[in-house]
Amino acid sequence: MVCRMTTTYAVLSEGLEKRFGEVHALRGLDLAVAEGTVCGVLGPNGAGKTTAVRLLTTLLAPDAGSARVAGYDVVREQDAVRRRIGVTGQSTSVDVELTGRQNLQLFAKLHGMRGAAGRERAAELLDQFDLLDAAGRAAGTYSGGMRRRLDLAASLLTRPRVLFLDEPTTGLDPASRNQIWAAVRALTAEGTTVLLTTQYLEEADRLADDIVLIDQGRSAVTGTPAELKARIGSYAHVVVTSEAEMPRAAAVLDQLTGSEPQLDAVERTVGAVSMDATLTLPRIVRALDAARVPILDASLRPPTLDEVFLRLTDTADSRKELVT
Amino acid sequence: MSSLAYDSTAMFGRQLQRIKHAPGVLVLTQTMPITMLLFFGYVFGSALAMPGEQYRAYLVPGLLVATAAGGLMTGMFQAAQDSHRGVMDRLRTLPMSRAAVPAGQSAADLLTTALGMIPLMLVGLAVGWQVENGPLGALGAFGLLMLLRLATTWMGSFLGLLTRSEEAAGQLGSATFILPLLSNAYIPTDKLPGWLRTIAEWNPISAVASAVRDLCGNAAPAPDAAWPVAHPVAGSLAWCAFLLLIFVPLAVRRYANSGR
Repeated sequence: MVCRMTTTYAVLSEGLEKRFGEVHALRGLDLAVAEGTVCGVLGPNGAGKTTAVRLLTTLLAPDAGSARVAGYDVVREQDAVRRRIGVTGQSTSVDVELTGRQNLQLFAKLHGMRGAAGRERAAELLDQFDLLDAAGRAAGTYSGGMRRRLDLAASLLTRPRVLFLDEPTTGLDPASRNQIWAAVRALTAEGTTVLLTTQYLEEADRLADDIVLIDQGRSAVTGTPAELKARIGSYAHVVVTSEAEMPRAAAVLDQLTGSEPQLDAVERTVGAVSMDATLTLPRIVRALDAARVPILDASLRPPTLDEVFLRLTDTADSRKELVT
Repeated sequence: MSSLAYDSTAMFGRQLQRIKHAPGVLVLTQTMPITMLLFFGYVFGSALAMPGEQYRAYLVPGLLVATAAGGLMTGMFQAAQDSHRGVMDRLRTLPMSRAAVPAGQSAADLLTTALGMIPLMLVGLAVGWQVENGPLGALGAFGLLMLLRLATTWMGSFLGLLTRSEEAAGQLGSATFILPLLSNAYIPTDKLPGWLRTIAEWNPISAVASAVRDLCGNAAPAPDAAWPVAHPVAGSLAWCAFLLLIFVPLAVRRYANSGR
């Protein structure tokens, strides 16, 4: 896991397990989120992301393992945890029959903010999330983006120490997504720890200090976005003049990168992942030239997180196969 | 104020705000028993051995009790609706009292039910029902009606949390309209065949309906009926206490653990 000896952890879980009947949703999840950082929990549908959030926010009890949030045990000290967290789930978690303002005032009351304090905080958040104009309308009439913003506002009433966001931007248009991202950045600037789950690698790349890749209920890989990219090296990519040149280009890239190249006959491209940090673009071009492969274009770039994701979950799968 | 009282007040306020936003449902639930009073009272009433006015006087307490027992349906639907919406998840991540959600809801429900009974009572008085035992008896009858409402709402809350969807709760809830039909709410039970009479008289609705008739001076309890109907006030109190003792803890536990 992420090793930072001097930091305290806002979220720390060990061997979290949860079963739903036959489905083993979590099979020993370890998480360590340092205080004041953003941790992106990344994984495909069904990887266990939502279950993890529900366990950490006291909505579910784990079958095995333990977790502490803001220093408190999520099973034995539920109330202490609840006083220190904000949660925005995947589905709308505001009352669609109440107005935006009524929602925030209700949740403020239930957080124990009495009298004017709750009303003022609600007004402040409505303003901050650009919802003042819609504050008097039932939340059911809001657009998806507005509802998500209201949801987020409801999670921030008490200025929580740890904020959980379960796929906060799924299904949102780019403008709303940018608003949510800006809000998350503003929070971390104030020292809030954020754990967000996402299917979007771009989101994790933009927001997260650390990324935890979970696959089949386990943390498969952990690291900063840069570390994850470094782990799969760089991506060499060439465009040749005709389809007939592709096998020879592939042979050259195979030799240089040590990995099996992927060929695209339509685009006449050959690409290969390189783990060799010393590989440079001039070396690729010289090698292709020496082999007399006519190329139109060549590039060597860092991999996208999508490529990291596919590759790392792939290796996690094959590793498991080796073990079993 | 304790956290339970404070949180319940907040949930009570939420419930009233919801009603304010969608008053149609409330109007509909209040007009239903009045329609039934006029329909049963004049259509069936003219075919029964009992004279029309006397039957309508018999029917009004029955309809009041049926309205109170409708808490079963309301509680069921509300609990199912809430638990299948994300808002319950948010409530469950808040540092609030676990019992506040159902407690606040039933408090708001009692208030709206009490207010909603007024039109039915007024129409009832206009078509022949009388309160002949003074204000104390009427107050006692009203108290029993509220107690039954409370008990059935909690029972409904628990059942609603057991259902898997709002639709299922709605279907099951509408099926509860047969419960007053299997009691002395609309017709006297003494002409029913023995086994059916036993079932009808052990229906909590029968006990409360007899108690309301007794306390309002409409009809004395039938001495040959089953115990809760022969001693209707004690029978009503016992039934309501029994239901509350069972379903309050069950519902609170279910609220706290739903989704686990």
